[in-house]
Amino acid sequence: MEHHGELKHDPIISMRNVCKTYISEHKTNEVVRDVSLDVAENEFVVLFGPGQCGKTTMINLIAGLQLPTSGEVVVDGKKVTAPGPDRGVVYQTTALFPFCTVMGNVEFGPKSRGIDKKTRRERAEYFIKLVGLEGFEKSFPNQLSGGMRQRVGIARAYANDPKVMLMDEPFGHLDAQTRYMMEAELEKIWQKEKRTVVFVTNNSEEAVYLADRIIILTNTPTHIKEEIKVDLPRPRQYSDPAFLEIRRKIEEICDDTL
Amino acid sequence: MKRKFDLEKTVYAVAAIAFFFLLWWFLTTFTPVKETTPGPIEVLQLLVSSFYTPIGNKVIIGHLLVSLRRVLVGFSVATIIGIVLGIAMGTSRWAEAIFKPIFELLRPIPPIAWISLVILFFGIGETSKYILCGIGAFTNVTLNAYTGAQNVDPELIGCARMLGTSERDIFFRVILPSCTPQIFAGMQVALSTSWMAVLAAEMVGAQEGCGWMIQRGSDTLNITLVMVGMIVIGLVGMLLATLMRTIERRLCSWNIMEN
Amino acid sequence: MSSNEVKVKVSHMTKKFGDLLVLNDISFEVKKGEFLCVVGPTGCGKTTFLNCLTKLGVYQLTSGEILINNEPVDLQKHNVAYIFQEYSAFPWQTVEENVAYGLKIKKRPAAEIKARVDEMLEMVGLTEYRNYYPNQLSASMLQRVSIARAFAVQPELLLMDEPYGQLDNSLRYKLEDDLLRLWQHTGTTVIFITHNIEEAVYLSERILVLTNKPTGIKQEIVNDLPRPRDVTDIAFNQLRDKVTDLIKWW
Repeated sequence: MEHHGELKHDPIISMRNVCKTYISEHKTNEVVRDVSLDVAENEFVVLFGPGQCGKTTMINLIAGLQLPTSGEVVVDGKKVTAPGPDRGVVYQTTALFPFCTVMGNVEFGPKSRGIDKKTRRERAEYFIKLVGLEGFEKSFPNQLSGGMRQRVGIARAYANDPKVMLMDEPFGHLDAQTRYMMEAELEKIWQKEKRTVVFVTNNSEEAVYLADRIIILTNTPTHIKEEIKVDLPRPRQYSDPAFLEIRRKIEEICDDTL
Repeated sequence: MKRKFDLEKTVYAVAAIAFFFLLWWFLTTFTPVKETTPGPIEVLQLLVSSFYTPIGNKVIIGHLLVSLRRVLVGFSVATIIGIVLGIAMGTSRWAEAIFKPIFELLRPIPPIAWISLVILFFGIGETSKYILCGIGAFTNVTLNAYTGAQNVDPELIGCARMLGTSERDIFFRVILPSCTPQIFAGMQVALSTSWMAVLAAEMVGAQEGCGWMIQRGSDTLNITLVMVGMIVIGLVGMLLATLMRTIERRLCSWNIMEN
Repeated sequence: MSSNEVKVKVSHMTKKFGDLLVLNDISFEVKKGEFLCVVGPTGCGKTTFLNCLTKLGVYQLTSGEILINNEPVDLQKHNVAYIFQEYSAFPWQTVEENVAYGLKIKKRPAAEIKARVDEMLEMVGLTEYRNYYPNQLSASMLQRVSIARAFAVQPELLLMDEPYGQLDNSLRYKLEDDLLRLWQHTGTTVIFITHNIEEAVYLSERILVLTNKPTGIKQEIVNDLPRPRDVTDIAFNQLRDKVTDLIKWW
């Protein structure tokens, strides 16, 4: 067992006074305002906020797909300046390569990084099995259901062995019941293969179910409104009064945010 | 995804072709059309005999192979250039700015309009034929590769970057496969335009080939020969289109298998 | 809200595609002014259920019948409105014209149309957007246009097929409240089909739980939780658990 709190861990993700403003010819649009956030190793952090807030921008800033206007993002001791394989992303749209099979998708990262065929095949097989897609290795994404595609997305991110996982509303397009299934599934996968996760959602129930810590964001320009620690035992029950209490608290905080 | 052999459809197809031949036979036997036009039996007889009796300097297979070679050389070279240029235009703003205006200007000019100019520069040899076939194929392939490359999902490219893919690999493993279905659609149209171009080229200046055969028939008022040429071209065109579809189904199975 | 008068009566609704039984002997009633939610497991054949209910196109029942006001359904005669997940606003018409569309089809007098449209736009909070075109609006506003248009014709029956499935949670809550307000204001009979159990418990007076294919009725649950309801309330979640247990497959 690890001893949290006793050892002084450096945070694996550290956002320091990050601001992001888009400047176009006609107007400037401030999306993120002075966000500072530390995420510890193997922590599951949920960014929760209203629809139009800059949640995806936050993910893109950590990913390096966008760069901050001021401030800096540090992942595993290195300043983020570009996209890179130490950060795995799971997308809402899945962004699977439609012309690759399930295996091809999961192998894509390791193959890009020049890992030899045997090793990457073994690793891909392991994660395909972990997400419960054994037997579908040769299927193409358009032959899979929404839930299964998202499983491929998770396996693909894992197979590249990233330091941190960034998940941008991965279950936002799924129907309510499939979403419950995927939440439970993700929790199981994460328990087995612990990683640092930053997970974005606008669903308070999903946030409480998954998070160690919930960061509540305001509308744009986005900044951190409040943090809530969730230390309920896992797997959590949606109708547990303590669970509902946290949900209520989130809704209250958000009500005056809107 | 496997298509079942559909008996009903096959029966209709065979019946339709039989009806066409019957109508042809009827018109050329019992109506004034017979004065000018040979019937199906005559045409078939000449078709069969042309397999061993040379027309001009070659039997019919020889003429066909000549035309086919011209089409395939022109088409292949044009396809490769078209794919490279199209994707360059679709992915690089510089390439787009430089090549797009020229391309838009040349695009509406059909291959036939080029004949005189090409002959002037390259003579009536094989090179001219290749170039004319190439012009026919080039615009279609380029245009499709261009739109295909423009429509590559930017999220897929971002995703590949996040997974640690080099820019070179992004081209070969994301952009190129993404455009493949569209490029294929362009190639299918391109192939038939190439055929049109080769016939036009052969009818102007050649000693062999299917186009020459038709022209020869026309010059000597041998309508039967003209019709033999037409039938051969129809059959080969159909075969090539089927071949292309088969290759496409292999290569783009991920795109076709919708459930 | 509901009276004792039966508005819709479905008896022994059965549908086969060839030998494949899809809908298996479904019978239920909806009272006038009632809000009925239909939930079922993912992939339970809810589309066929809906298509049969509306008798759209080729979806003739294999056996059974559907009565509105004790008469067989006739879409020419009965005033039935639909709201689907896809926004169906006409892109070439303004918000106002979209909402007025159904009334114009029914050739109502201009003054009545004007009054009705004003009222509906007010109820869904789109008055100031009345001259906007659909492509200038957000997803939730488009869904409001759909609702306003459906209620504008004062339908006898409103059929809703998972209209809020793709929306943000916070927007969904707001639109659900809009819907409830309109329903209470007009007394329309509503059949609302959804996958989302929380949504069903929040909206309904009664919940029809469907089985997996061949689709049948597993159970009917009366939902008399007081309104306004709170999704984090304990009693609310007990009812939600009860429904969940009936359809849970995950």
